[in-house]
Amino acid sequence: MTTQTTLTEAMPTAILETRNLSVSFGGLHALEELDMQVSQGEIVSVIGPNGAGKTTLFNAITATVDISAGDILFEGQSVRGLDPNKVTTRGIARTFQNVRLFANMSVLENVMVSQHCRTKQHAFGALLYTKAFRREEAEIRQRATEILSFFGTRLIGYRMDQPAFSLSYANRRRLEIARAMATQPKLILLDEPVAGMNPVETAELTGMIRRLRDEWGFAIIVIEHDMGVVREVSDRVVVLDHGVKIAEGSYEQVSKNSQVIEAYLGKGVPEK
Amino acid sequence: MSAPRVDGLPQQHGSPTQQMPLVAPRSAFAHDWTRIARMGSIAAFGQVFIALSNMPVRLDERLIIKPVLSLGYLVLLILPFAAGYRQGHQIRREGVPTYSPGLNEVVGGFLCGALAGAGLSLLTILLTHFDLRDPLVNWSPMLLNLLSFDNSSWFGGVIWLAIGAAMGTAGGLLRLVGPTSRRATITIVLAVTGAAVLESVVVDLAEGLGLEPLTDRLYHRRGGINWNSALGLAGLCGLLAVTGQGRLRQAKSFHAQLQGKQRTQANGGLIILTATLLIVLPLFLGKLTNELLANVGLFVLLALGLNIVVGLAGILDLGYVAFFAVGSYTAAVLTSATSSRITPEIPWLAALIVVVILTGLVGLFIGAPVIRMRGDYLAIVTLGFGEIIRLLFLSDWLSGWFGGAQGFTKIPAAGIFGLTEVDGTDPRRVFYLVLAFCALAIYVSWRLERSRLGRAWMAVREDETVAEAMGINTVNIKLLAFVVGAMLGSLSGAIFAAKVGSVFPSSFQILVSIVILVVVIFGGMGNIVGVIAGAAVLIGVLGGPKQPGLLAEFAEFKLLIYGALLIWMMLAKPEGLIPNVRRTRELHHHEMAQDAWLQGQPPRR
Amino acid sequence: MSQPGVLSRKAPRTGVSKTGVDWFLTVMRVATLTLICVGLLAFIAQEINTNNPFARWANPDATGLTGEQFWGLIVSGVSQGAMYGLIALGYSMVYGVLGFINFAHGEVFMVGAMTGMITSNKLADAGLWESNFVGSLVFIIVISILVCALTAVIMERVAYRPLRGSPRLIPLITSIGVSFFLQNASVVLLGPGAKSYPNVPDWVKSKHTFLEIEGARILVILVAAVSMICLWYFVERTKTGKAMRAVAEDAEIAELMGINVNRTIVKVFALGGAMAGMAGILWGILFRSVIHTTGFLPGIKAFSAAVVGGIGHLGGAMAGGLSIGVAESVGPLVILEPLGVSGVSQLRDAVAFAVLIGVLLLRPSGLFGERLPAEDRT
Repeated sequence: MTTQTTLTEAMPTAILETRNLSVSFGGLHALEELDMQVSQGEIVSVIGPNGAGKTTLFNAITATVDISAGDILFEGQSVRGLDPNKVTTRGIARTFQNVRLFANMSVLENVMVSQHCRTKQHAFGALLYTKAFRREEAEIRQRATEILSFFGTRLIGYRMDQPAFSLSYANRRRLEIARAMATQPKLILLDEPVAGMNPVETAELTGMIRRLRDEWGFAIIVIEHDMGVVREVSDRVVVLDHGVKIAEGSYEQVSKNSQVIEAYLGKGVPEK
Repeated sequence: MSAPRVDGLPQQHGSPTQQMPLVAPRSAFAHDWTRIARMGSIAAFGQVFIALSNMPVRLDERLIIKPVLSLGYLVLLILPFAAGYRQGHQIRREGVPTYSPGLNEVVGGFLCGALAGAGLSLLTILLTHFDLRDPLVNWSPMLLNLLSFDNSSWFGGVIWLAIGAAMGTAGGLLRLVGPTSRRATITIVLAVTGAAVLESVVVDLAEGLGLEPLTDRLYHRRGGINWNSALGLAGLCGLLAVTGQGRLRQAKSFHAQLQGKQRTQANGGLIILTATLLIVLPLFLGKLTNELLANVGLFVLLALGLNIVVGLAGILDLGYVAFFAVGSYTAAVLTSATSSRITPEIPWLAALIVVVILTGLVGLFIGAPVIRMRGDYLAIVTLGFGEIIRLLFLSDWLSGWFGGAQGFTKIPAAGIFGLTEVDGTDPRRVFYLVLAFCALAIYVSWRLERSRLGRAWMAVREDETVAEAMGINTVNIKLLAFVVGAMLGSLSGAIFAAKVGSVFPSSFQILVSIVILVVVIFGGMGNIVGVIAGAAVLIGVLGGPKQPGLLAEFAEFKLLIYGALLIWMMLAKPEGLIPNVRRTRELHHHEMAQDAWLQGQPPRR
Repeated sequence: MSQPGVLSRKAPRTGVSKTGVDWFLTVMRVATLTLICVGLLAFIAQEINTNNPFARWANPDATGLTGEQFWGLIVSGVSQGAMYGLIALGYSMVYGVLGFINFAHGEVFMVGAMTGMITSNKLADAGLWESNFVGSLVFIIVISILVCALTAVIMERVAYRPLRGSPRLIPLITSIGVSFFLQNASVVLLGPGAKSYPNVPDWVKSKHTFLEIEGARILVILVAAVSMICLWYFVERTKTGKAMRAVAEDAEIAELMGINVNRTIVKVFALGGAMAGMAGILWGILFRSVIHTTGFLPGIKAFSAAVVGGIGHLGGAMAGGLSIGVAESVGPLVILEPLGVSGVSQLRDAVAFAVLIGVLLLRPSGLFGERLPAEDRT
């Protein structure tokens, strides 16, 4: 808890704020009293060794695990105790570390179904085939195509009607991001977006993460192990180790922090 | 299995493994002996089981081809043939040569068939020397007569050995012939048995159309196809199969390639054609056939409802009969004068509105507590609810409302806007009523499947956690499927009450749920056409839980067959006869992952 | 739907907000508990004095139960429950190892009862049943255990093994098919009517001075207790038992550790089948009649018992069986009858299902907590 920079307190409009956030499984403390803030339009990277509690943080924010203490505020309101789908409806979307698409639905359908919480036509509209229903369907389709074309030509064209499982690994990762975008969030949580990608794809996706913020205006939290990507994209870096925040600040600040180096490389053996 | 084709698009994944060239046939006696012994003895046990189940004796009265073959003997011929054919099956593995079929398959088939026949031979001989009639009720002289061809048991034993061996050899031979002749053979067999099974319908229809001379020629007066007509039919079908080879597939792929408006038109044309047929045909059909059609229709309606729950949303509801029961009872209470507590005696159509709303509420009431449970627990708990509802209808406690074990009688006919009265005395009207509601159910399923809700159901079926994370309220969306399914089931119940004119708790046993489930699975979960076809084939041919089908002789065996069919479908073809493409992929998930692995691609999650 | 933002502060403990369904469930829970409490209070009031106003308000016709009747209900509940417990062991073990409900297990129990019926009638024909009842009983138990174990093993081999690794509901649907098949195979092979066991000696039928219990019920409870102890010893102390527990914990790892998983699973099925066979004979001795549907309701109730006790937990299965048995025997007369429900004995099955639903609503992991294969834990 040494590098508590003044940066966090100075941020004017925090879109997400965790206060004393703790998560524990049985006796294991996955997250301990974590305070962090994300501002409007900011890209924050969360890094740390394996088992540091990064994915647990995402799960806590999206309500897939129970919080044992503390609170999470999204746009100033607590999201604690909500169902995961309500959290998404409020405007937080996520991707998964091990890509989890609706594998047997088509690429287009994957993106269409993710607009569920933003659309409202119910059974009667569908049964009576009302004008409103048709308009909404067309809008859903239109928006889905728009979102898919964000990724260039990779996901549109004939690929739109292919089942998601037939996509290449990198395209599946892209589709996951597209799906998150389709929920029309204000904050996107990306869980290791470039894991398993080759350098070219990594570079492309790095640019895309920035564009997501610049063109679409999302605030973004990224979990990433690839330090090149972290340096490229992040406005701020939060370092976790054993569920505790050990450092926070710009990439340069953090990379020189002795605690961070120790967490990654272990304590240097004193030379004899 | 080969991967399902995605229309017109290049395959990236799970494409069929490359065919290795065929190598020369194996020598005639280089067998996998344990395999032959296993298949042969399974067939032998099957034969003995079939014989002891009394199926041959009971079905002996039903003739397929007039003097030579009865259904009873037919059921004893299938297994050796199947075993003989099956043993010639080679698993095609990549990198392992596939032998071209030859004498080896024939000899193998012969051995398998002979082993299967030996089972029956042994039984025939045992039948004369031991009396096990005490536990096994069908250990009877009748069975002995049938098995020994009214001759000595040794004679019968030898004959069965020979028949088994012959059928097995025939099965093995089928491996040798080319695909054209194989298809022709299968078409001929199916056509002749089909013609025999459909006898009553065909005769009925011919009478309506004034074509009696034709059927008189085809069928013998006391049932069964005439010997020479069978030959004629076989020749005709063989010819059709050979000349028409590939036409069906061509038409199919032509239809698949149609785009946009043309496709809509083609589909519309098909639908109109089917609808016209369904509306016109019953006019020429007699009472019995119409009765059959009405029963099939009732089950189509039930199956369409269950399809929304099981096929679209992936919720295994084993207590579906509860909604059928609630529908029937509500309609009965509202329209009949039998109940001692409430007798509003309102017209059927008005009652229908109450029925649908009330069953929807019951669906909500049952669904709310169970919907969060794990899938398998949900299945058992819905089963429990189904049984509780039946027990409540049966109980003395509520007999003031529901009549207890006596149920309801004298339920008035369903009046349709004063135009007509629908009750069991005129099954044609019942059929039209059911048809109208089936059309409604099809429309509902079709529209919902292609809407935001349908997509959400699919997502929930695929991965509930992710669906929840993508902003879908999984509890509500599943509950909606449950309630819509319940409402469709209640329609069938209300028609059932008006048709039969009486409802008893015994009509709503759990086995009704299971039969509907078999229908949905057999036809193809999640596919409207498949579900309808499943109901038509199963309920039409074998019959419902209490309704007779075309093969009325099967009445006491149909539940046995339903059970066996369910096991077999799950093992061999879990996606059903007419599968839903997506469902197929889900069910064969691990096989496709394996294919992908073989091709050096990362397995998909 | 309620406004989540407001409520979330009030319900900070869980990760679940109150939706319409939750409110509905809460109402149902409260209603159920109220019903049970009022029923119990009315029962107590009627026991004290049938003329007090509360008792008369609840059910004017109430007569209350004599102590003897009450004791009878408990004993019959316990002996019935012991049988459910024995069957439940099979459900529990299979679920613990393979993670699916073997719906056909109830039918294995029916096969046991049928086997007992056939062998005991043959023995009676030969005159051995009367002359040496205990010996014959042991004999039919052994035969029934063998037949049932075999049935269960064949079932596993034919219907379940090819489906390992497929989606969880597929083997469940298959097992429904197996159950349907076995039931109807019994109909076509043995005939549709109810079949009876031969007469049993008087000491089995009559009530004994010892606590006024029928001999058959003492027998059932004793045999169940002994089999339970044997099973416990087998699973906890032998090498095979250890292998079973290892496979239940994680089949893949167990395989890597050199355990033959297929053979272990076969043994689990055989063991479950054996217990069901034992229960089948006890059923036959107690009720002396068996029909093809005999397995259905006890099967479902035994599954409920396994869930109530916490699935995968052997002691829990037995405890669950006893609770379900007592609940269905006592429940209708102690809770429903005092409330003026007539014909309560018809509702005992409904009560058993209600217990299952109630437990799944209130405590889905059962009384003792479930033990599931690794991939099923969440």
